[in-house]
Amino acid sequence: MNIVLRLAWRNLWRHSRRTWLTIGAMVFSNVLLVFMISLQFGMYGLMIDNTLKVFSGHMQVQAPGYKDDQKMRQVVPDVQPLAAHLRSELASDTIAARGWAFGLASSAERSYGIGIYGVEPDFEPQVSNIPGLIEEGRYLDDTNATEIVIGTMLARNLRIGIGDELTLLGSGVDGSFAAAVVNVVGIFGSGVKEIDRNIAQMPLGAFQDIFYMNGAGHQVVLLAPDLGQADILQARVETALSDDSDLVVHGWDELQPGLKQAIQADMSSAFFMYGILVILVAFSVLNTQLMSVLERTHEFGIVMSLGLKPGRLGRLVMLETAMMGFIGMILGALAGALFTTWFTVNGFTYPGMEEMVANFNLPGRVYPRATLVSSFAGPLVVFLFTLAAAVYPALRLHRLHPVEAMRTT
Amino acid sequence: MTAVRCIDLCKTYRQGDQDIKALDHLSIDIEKGEFVCLMSPSGGGKTTLLNAIGGLDIPDSGEVWIADERIDQMSKGQLADLRLANIGFVFQAYNLIPVLSAQENVEFVMQVQGVPAAKRRDKSYAILEEVGLKGLETRRPAEMSGGQQQRVAVARAIVSRPELVLADEPTANLDSKTSAELMKLFTELNEHHNTTFIIATHDQRVQAYAKRLVRMLDGRIVGDAEQHAA
Ligand SMILES: Nc1ncnc2c1ncn2[C@@H]1O[C@H](COP(=O)(O)OP(=O)(O)OP(=O)(O)O)[C@@H](O)[C@H]1O
Ligand SMILES: [Mg+2]
Repeated sequence: MNIVLRLAWRNLWRHSRRTWLTIGAMVFSNVLLVFMISLQFGMYGLMIDNTLKVFSGHMQVQAPGYKDDQKMRQVVPDVQPLAAHLRSELASDTIAARGWAFGLASSAERSYGIGIYGVEPDFEPQVSNIPGLIEEGRYLDDTNATEIVIGTMLARNLRIGIGDELTLLGSGVDGSFAAAVVNVVGIFGSGVKEIDRNIAQMPLGAFQDIFYMNGAGHQVVLLAPDLGQADILQARVETALSDDSDLVVHGWDELQPGLKQAIQADMSSAFFMYGILVILVAFSVLNTQLMSVLERTHEFGIVMSLGLKPGRLGRLVMLETAMMGFIGMILGALAGALFTTWFTVNGFTYPGMEEMVANFNLPGRVYPRATLVSSFAGPLVVFLFTLAAAVYPALRLHRLHPVEAMRTT
Repeated sequence: MTAVRCIDLCKTYRQGDQDIKALDHLSIDIEKGEFVCLMSPSGGGKTTLLNAIGGLDIPDSGEVWIADERIDQMSKGQLADLRLANIGFVFQAYNLIPVLSAQENVEFVMQVQGVPAAKRRDKSYAILEEVGLKGLETRRPAEMSGGQQQRVAVARAIVSRPELVLADEPTANLDSKTSAELMKLFTELNEHHNTTFIIATHDQRVQAYAKRLVRMLDGRIVGDAEQHAA
């Protein structure tokens, strides 16, 4: 082994208790960082999945401008053939066509303004979790049937149930008056008030008839196997769209800007906390290395007299710190990953969490995600700050005067 | 050829409200290959002079030349390089690196000089045998007697055959037998490799080996005589 490495290594264990204490501080904060970051990303994953699997999907093909204006006439022409084309082109069946209209839903007793989705009964269950949330009756099955499924609160508000009729009033794509009577065949409960109160779904064929869509719709929804692959899929969708179409593809972050902002806000407050933690560790390293440099003044005087330059001594101190930091990083990342993995299997919850996460349509138990990134990002930052903390003690060596240094004992 | 030339060196230390002249307008020339003993009562300025010659300390005024380079105006880095390449030091108190073994202490300077590993090893083992420490190569300083430690320090100073060896009380902690061996080693190096030695000492036994005796008092040279070595 190189003698400088050997020297650094042995110096490290001169005060093994002090070294272990410093490493302990690193390991502790690393475990905390790994766990918190994994938990955070687990939580974001859940938030994204649960929110996106309600309606927006990972991406949508739309007419330009539709995302912001939501005008009836901003249509995707021949939306079902387009969806079918994408399904075969991308060899994926998590792709579904939809239309959307605003309308007045009236029962015998009351009327409410609601959003009406026209959906493909065969494919909607692949891209949304609403079809799986039917509490009463059944989901849609025939694309031309004049049927509808509505949310639990809407059913209660309208005072209707399975088998009852519902009158829809709205305006067609050309602005003409649209009206229809449809049968309530199912009632879903998502647990999210806005959805259960304001949303209804009906077969796309019937929807197109009622609103004079002439084969058009408003969106093709796509779901990637997981969020990480959404970008790749989006690129493939863009190439799969024919060149002369002016349709656009919007990613989930454009479709749900609020979600992204919520995540970003949460991230910045979390990273502020992590920053403080890392700085505390850095100070403990600074303290240790300063002490270890001061008590070796005499020895440093000797090696400087022998012809070693302060810069090399500084590198020795940096090397010692790097070794210590490396041990802290590896032990911390491993311990953190193990600790986190336990919760990955068993889930993590704390009192009050259920109420907090209910806003995002989340379950009360989060499964942190221990990935390579979440296991090493924190420890790596701690390592870098550890190195940074040793710069000052290392630079101090430049002020050392060999004769004076040798006089100190 | 002149190995060391000091011209009108002054160095004053303040102790309390008193100025102490550790070097007082001191001038001396030492030729390459000389074997010089510096002697003085305690506090005479020997260590201060050796430090000035070795570039460890800068005098307040005057000039220090090593070979044909003026060193009292060099930067710290240049001085470090000079020491590394040309000067071997043995200090008053044995000054080893506590976490390294005897052999590693000896290797240390060569390592810094960039000597290849195999060569370092051979040289360090050979030199330790020469100073009578065969078998103790793997001991750490704390596991050796004062005399043994001092011999390691000597081995470290001479292992890379420096042009100039500055030794400050090298025999202070040695018994007569070991110090005689050490002086023989110095004499051999001096005669075979023409290494210049400047040795500060109180030790009568050491003075016997010197070819030139320089007596100091209060930072001045008060006697300078050639002598035939024992
Ligand atoms: N750093 C210092 N601060 C104050 N005074 C000093 C310092 N270094 C040396 N001196 C003083 O300078 C004078 C010369 O000291 P020096 O160490 O050169 O003497 P020396 O001949 O080596 O003595 P010794 O034989 O005891 O080693 C002494 O009076 C000493 O007290
Ligand atoms: Mg002295």
